[in-house]
Amino acid sequence: MQSSVDVREAARASAPVRPRREITTAFLVSRIAVLAVAAAILVYAVPPLIAAGSWVSLALLCAATAAIASLYLTRRFIPAKYLIPGTVFLIAFQVFPVVYTVTTAFTNFGDGHRGDKAAAITAIETGSVRQAPGSPEYGLTVALRGEELVFLLVDPATKQVSLGTSKGLTPLAGAEVGVTGKVLRAPGLTVLKAPEAAARAQQVSALAVPTGSGVIKANGLSRAVEGRATLVYDAACDCVRGNGDTWTADEDQGYFVNAKGEHLAQGWQVGVGLDNFARVLTDPTISGYFVGVLGWNVVFALGSVLGTFALGMSMALTLHHPRMRGTRFYRIALILPYAMPSFAMLLVWRDMFNRDFGLINQLLGANVDWLGEPMTARFGVILVNLWLGFPYMFLVTTGALQAIPRELTEAASIDGATPWKAFRRVTLPLLLVALTPLLISSFAYNFNNFNAIALTTDGGPFPAESPQVGSTDLLITYTFRLAFGAGGAQFGFAAAISVFIFTIVAVVSAVAFRRTRKQEEVYA
Amino acid sequence: MALRHLFVLAVCAFAVFPILFVVSAAINPLGTLASTDLLPNGASAGNFANLFGSDTYPFARWFFNSVFIALVASFASLLLSMFAAYAFSRMRFAGRRVGLLALLLIQMFPQFLAIVTIFMIFTRVTELYPAFGFNTVWGLMLLYLGGALGVNTWLMKGFLDTVPKELDEAATVDGATHAQIFWRVIMPLVTPILAVTALLAFIGTMSEFLMANVFLRDPESKTLAVGMYGMIAGDHRNANFGMFAAATLLTAVPTVGVFLWLQKYIVSGLTAGAVKG
Repeated sequence: MQSSVDVREAARASAPVRPRREITTAFLVSRIAVLAVAAAILVYAVPPLIAAGSWVSLALLCAATAAIASLYLTRRFIPAKYLIPGTVFLIAFQVFPVVYTVTTAFTNFGDGHRGDKAAAITAIETGSVRQAPGSPEYGLTVALRGEELVFLLVDPATKQVSLGTSKGLTPLAGAEVGVTGKVLRAPGLTVLKAPEAAARAQQVSALAVPTGSGVIKANGLSRAVEGRATLVYDAACDCVRGNGDTWTADEDQGYFVNAKGEHLAQGWQVGVGLDNFARVLTDPTISGYFVGVLGWNVVFALGSVLGTFALGMSMALTLHHPRMRGTRFYRIALILPYAMPSFAMLLVWRDMFNRDFGLINQLLGANVDWLGEPMTARFGVILVNLWLGFPYMFLVTTGALQAIPRELTEAASIDGATPWKAFRRVTLPLLLVALTPLLISSFAYNFNNFNAIALTTDGGPFPAESPQVGSTDLLITYTFRLAFGAGGAQFGFAAAISVFIFTIVAVVSAVAFRRTRKQEEVYA
Repeated sequence: MALRHLFVLAVCAFAVFPILFVVSAAINPLGTLASTDLLPNGASAGNFANLFGSDTYPFARWFFNSVFIALVASFASLLLSMFAAYAFSRMRFAGRRVGLLALLLIQMFPQFLAIVTIFMIFTRVTELYPAFGFNTVWGLMLLYLGGALGVNTWLMKGFLDTVPKELDEAATVDGATHAQIFWRVIMPLVTPILAVTALLAFIGTMSEFLMANVFLRDPESKTLAVGMYGMIAGDHRNANFGMFAAATLLTAVPTVGVFLWLQKYIVSGLTAGAVKG
């Protein structure tokens, strides 16, 4: 016993003497605040999770809160204390969605493949319900039992009233039936008047009352009919039978397929491996567009960056001249576009390019369909982007110019360099050292500049033969149309294209960043 | 020198003429797209009055929503990214380089293509916590805070790297804790970059259209971007153009205000951040 105490004391003595921190008020207050926030989150977030019975989320939440609280109560892991707040949001709203999107790239998720197989079977069966021959047509009254919508069904032959819910049909005693065959009053139920029922038309048509041989569904708001599913799933053969045909489940496609290779409209989500990626590359209608769109996309991004930079920089250089007068006034005028809300100005520009009553045609006295012709539309969107973007470049370059000593250019001119040469050899390289990172992020931004296209041309003009891809479509607007467009949603495929876009931008940026580093070694 | 002035004037004209057009449309008593010229042919505040008196468009409400979201979201994201930038610039820990690189890469994924996932997440959130679900400014704000780290953090880290480390060391010797160093030493020195990032975040949030469009369906909860888009969508385009132009001008007011407020820090901040990007 004695020896172990000695060892501990020896260890304590050999440890470096750390200044003991006083326990200040701020220290105490911050600890209490951390605990309070953790407790508040738990109090707020836990009850709904318990009510919904999502135990996994509950466990995750408690673990995360405990981890965060303990992190701020210890004195270790100081970097984590500063990184966690932002990282929590980053993971929840960026990383998780991105990871999930990437995983959908390996599935056929989209219209017809939204849910799992059980949901698809239910949809197929209920979708195939037809009125059974000879089945009765009930008089229908819509009512509420608490919050639940129920049917009151009057058998036309026996005048017997039954209560129909999603559980089934039960006889109802004590209901008062009017002369029209509608139920006027029923014990424990709120009978809905016609306009109230009409307001819930969606709920009414969604309710299916199962009976022994089929389901009862509303037909309008005053009649209900009993119908039978004409397509029925048979677990023994994993197939759907009916209408004199058999559709067998195909787990590769996520569809029920018959012998002729036709499939039922409802499918389910399955993994398709690299099919979506392969489709981008091999499907001639897609890959043909893809290369074309990519080409224009690069032109647009480069054009936007170089154009705004050239114009912004030349303005900054012109105003930087020591004998320049009125710079204050000019500066305000040049920055104005940056202060205007860009979404609104994109829409304004779209209208200025209008053929019939647009300002541009009015001013030029022309009758050009600016956004209706591929080349002028492309020119138009780049011009709009130039207008929106050059004030930023002007600001940035103005700032960077202040950091370059004037003596450098003066020395160059004494050495006999022309102003152009001095600019090329001295000013520009120094500017680029400072600005390349911004130029790269501007490129990445413009490469995916959805708003600039969506709010002006919306990808158009579209050639007659391919209404899918317009001349000003960027990859991102094209993908967006694929994913959510009229042709039906193809989320899996769109996700695969997103992965391609991401790869392209990431590679270009990475290469550009490497080059910057070299440059800095040369000039800095 | 005359040539320089001519050149600058030409570019100024290019910069100003669309805005002049908007002003003209806004004070034009007719206020349609077809009737608007570059120079106004009459003046009235009718469009502004219509805008605030409108029953279909709760403009004042949108305006409040937008400014509120932009102010709170940019302030919160400023704080979050400043924390992270401080850690990345001043501390050495495992995963620092990887973390910085990851931040840069994640930002390059076209975020709104993850919109299906975001939609699904928030459908669930709406069921559990209606206060943070669809149609609420708080839900949208949470989503915007997902992008708080990223470019901002890089910009600030670049600036922080230029603040001499000796300052913190001196403070540590005097017995300051890391929290005291952060709030009392670092924060007062980085106002320029805070101003720039705040401005960029504010402008970005005010103009954000896509996420807000998915998120806010209820007329009362819309932001300016979503609401004003609805104003000239479809058949209303020509008729409402005067009101739209008036709304555009009013939308610019908070941005210009923030700009003027932060102006003196902005140029130096932009440069210093850019140098180390």
